[in-house]
Amino acid sequence: MSDQSGAGHSVPPGATATAQDTGPPAPGEPRGRLTGSAIIQAVAEGHSAVITILAVFVALVIGGLLIVASDPVVLRAWDSFGYAPGAAFSATWTSVSSAYSALFEGSIFSPGTISAAFHGGSIAAIFYPLSLTAFEATPLILTGLSVAVAFRAGMFNIGAAGQWIGGALVATWLGYAVHLPIAAHAVVCVIGAFAGGAVIGWIVGEVKARTGAHEVILTIMLNYVMYNLLSFLLSSQSAMQAPGQTNQVAPAIAASAMLPHVGGPPPQAGVGFLIALAAAAALAWLLSRSTVGFQFRTVGASPSAARSAGIRVERVWVLAFLIAGGLAGLSAATIVQGQTQPLTFNSYGTYGFDGITVALLGRARPFGVVIAGLLFGALNGGGTLMEAATGVPADVVDVIKGLIVLLVAAPPLIRLLFRLRRSGGAGPQAVAAKGWSG
Amino acid sequence: MTALAAPVRVPITVNRRYLAAGTFIALGLIDICVFGFFAHRGDAVFALSLPGARPHLPAIRVPGAWTSFVLGAISIGLGIVRLVMDVPRWAKRLTIAGALLCFLLSLLSWTDAGNSVGPLQVIDLLQGTLTASIPLVLGALAGCMCERSGVINIAIEGQLLFGAFTAAAVASATGGVWLGLVAGSLAGGLLGALLAIFAIMFLVDQIILGVVLNVIALGLTNYLYDRVMVPYANTFNAGNTFGTIKIPVLSNIPVIGPVFFDSNIFLYITYALILVIQIGLFRTRWGLRVRAVGEHPVAADTVGIRVLWTRYRNVILGGIIAGIGGAYLTAGSVGFFTSDISSGFGYIALAAMIFGRWTPLGSVAAALLFGFSYQLQTELSSLRVPVSSFILLMAPYVATIIAVAGLVGRVRPPAADGKPYVKA
Repeated sequence: MSDQSGAGHSVPPGATATAQDTGPPAPGEPRGRLTGSAIIQAVAEGHSAVITILAVFVALVIGGLLIVASDPVVLRAWDSFGYAPGAAFSATWTSVSSAYSALFEGSIFSPGTISAAFHGGSIAAIFYPLSLTAFEATPLILTGLSVAVAFRAGMFNIGAAGQWIGGALVATWLGYAVHLPIAAHAVVCVIGAFAGGAVIGWIVGEVKARTGAHEVILTIMLNYVMYNLLSFLLSSQSAMQAPGQTNQVAPAIAASAMLPHVGGPPPQAGVGFLIALAAAAALAWLLSRSTVGFQFRTVGASPSAARSAGIRVERVWVLAFLIAGGLAGLSAATIVQGQTQPLTFNSYGTYGFDGITVALLGRARPFGVVIAGLLFGALNGGGTLMEAATGVPADVVDVIKGLIVLLVAAPPLIRLLFRLRRSGGAGPQAVAAKGWSG
Repeated sequence: MTALAAPVRVPITVNRRYLAAGTFIALGLIDICVFGFFAHRGDAVFALSLPGARPHLPAIRVPGAWTSFVLGAISIGLGIVRLVMDVPRWAKRLTIAGALLCFLLSLLSWTDAGNSVGPLQVIDLLQGTLTASIPLVLGALAGCMCERSGVINIAIEGQLLFGAFTAAAVASATGGVWLGLVAGSLAGGLLGALLAIFAIMFLVDQIILGVVLNVIALGLTNYLYDRVMVPYANTFNAGNTFGTIKIPVLSNIPVIGPVFFDSNIFLYITYALILVIQIGLFRTRWGLRVRAVGEHPVAADTVGIRVLWTRYRNVILGGIIAGIGGAYLTAGSVGFFTSDISSGFGYIALAAMIFGRWTPLGSVAAALLFGFSYQLQTELSSLRVPVSSFILLMAPYVATIIAVAGLVGRVRPPAADGKPYVKA
């Protein structure tokens, strides 16, 4: 991500997911000057942004190998390598390049749309892939922020999925059962979703603060409780099941509760994406500029030191989980109110768990989470198109996502692979990993 | 992530003695008010032998409502005992077990009371509980192996999944289920080795690492499933399974025999591993060293224990154990691999390990509780129960939250768990 260590907040050791590269710069080390030599130095030293770019590159290469190694056409071409070596190489290249160009065209930009625009096509179509990326990124950014805020306070939120369901239930109910004027309705639903998620998060924080129970167990268990609660509510006519339905599906929410979209019907980025950006900005302000945020970071760095300093650690836990839950609830609002499909028993998908990887890649920094969410959104959106265009299963994208996070978290490996010099002084890095005890 | 701080003392703002007593009394009131008053008229019948088994035990027939009343009263009694007396630790555990047992029995008598479908097949329920627990137990044991040596293992889920995939593929491609079992355990071990290398050599945060390995394992198995297993199902996903092995004399004992000694090889492997790991960790020199490395690596290093080597070995062994659990999911039960076949078992195993306070036997007890509730849902779907099955499905998880909050409370992990050791 960006050069966070130069950005003003001297980072408390460890509040991040990976603290290796975000420590304060060594004295006398030139940072922040983007002259040519500084860039070269940054590359040579394995600056964290460089590491991230190289990690994405390595992950794409490994993903490419996976695509090639499981492509029957390529394997057949290599079987006859002796007769036609050129054909083997060209088949390999075709296999991987067609998959990745479909991935790119589905998520960033498709050259075909430009020529289409010149020949009377729609100009908006040029921006459709980017819009799809933003749409895919929206829920991931919000669940990522949810996990990130808990990380910053020294806790691990595996429960974004359950909190997501809490938000989705409230937003859906407010969406079909309450009748309000057009703008007010959507706002009420979004606030309701925040509250719904926050309640589930609050339960975790409150139980942890009062009894010392471990948040990992509490969130995992609450996830299963919420999955079953969702199924129960959606399968009972007297609860939330759509009238006349036998499947587990809720009624469609009123049109007045839908979040407007910028450029046409979904999947298109809309107000939901703006909500995600606003939430990231608000969280960035909260964490770096407010007293509450300072308390969060202090508790995240060392609860015992925070307690000695007079911070009420338990209150921080409760508040952090409340906010985390609320953010996961907002993620649900952008899906429930941003799509035309009603809520079903598996609407929660993998947003909660994807939020963990997004938060890790974004190093639990709000700005980093937005970038990470956009990257994963692009991979998700492009992966769907890749599968449709080339038949390569979109699951390869999950492997690539996992590899990116793994490699970003292991700068020494990237340095080893690319023969980069070690930044700062020699010797073992001061790594402090989070144990179970917070 | 956090500095190497000493574990924080959480000031418990609730009095655990009252909380335990309150929980027991609440459970007792549920027994009486819900399971007692809302029971169907009639008797609950528990069949203790499978049809046609010899020797055949007679079924137990009890009046549904009254059973719940009596059990509820016992539970409330236990709560009052806890409230007025300060009992020793073993007695506390006994009361917890007693109250839980009362709750489960009254739940069962409620579900079966006045049921026209037939008696509740206790043997089926217990057999199912054990088999459903196998992946959970093995996953939790894998977690114990890693975390006792000081490496957090959240990747249990991925190890189960990768083990399941590899076992199914190899068993199907070679036609040998034993080869499948070996390959599955090695696949789990491979993920364990990755975990070890990145955690110990590259000092990657272990929580990140576990989550990421799960993501990669899920993506990789889904990808290969779509690309290879589905198109070539006859070769790579033919569904080869192990047969059942009856232990000669023991399997003829009523109730105990069919439940414990009439299953496939995985259950017996599980018995052996529980014993070996529990005794190994707490009664041998090896275990003492592992625990020393997990609690205080500096001290262990000072007396000449090879800290990093111990960790590598334990994490890889843990991966192999989880891989066996994964192999059970395919070669040991259904045979076929399907997408995301581990479906969260690894996370449940993780919770079981924490619930069991990082001890093998505690983890096994917790895993059995989850296995029981998992099996109960399949049994209950065949009986006509007056409440939505989804509400019943929630019960074990709510119970775990109550148990963790009220009865277990703050658990203490190995002191150096999750903290990389860098020689000064």
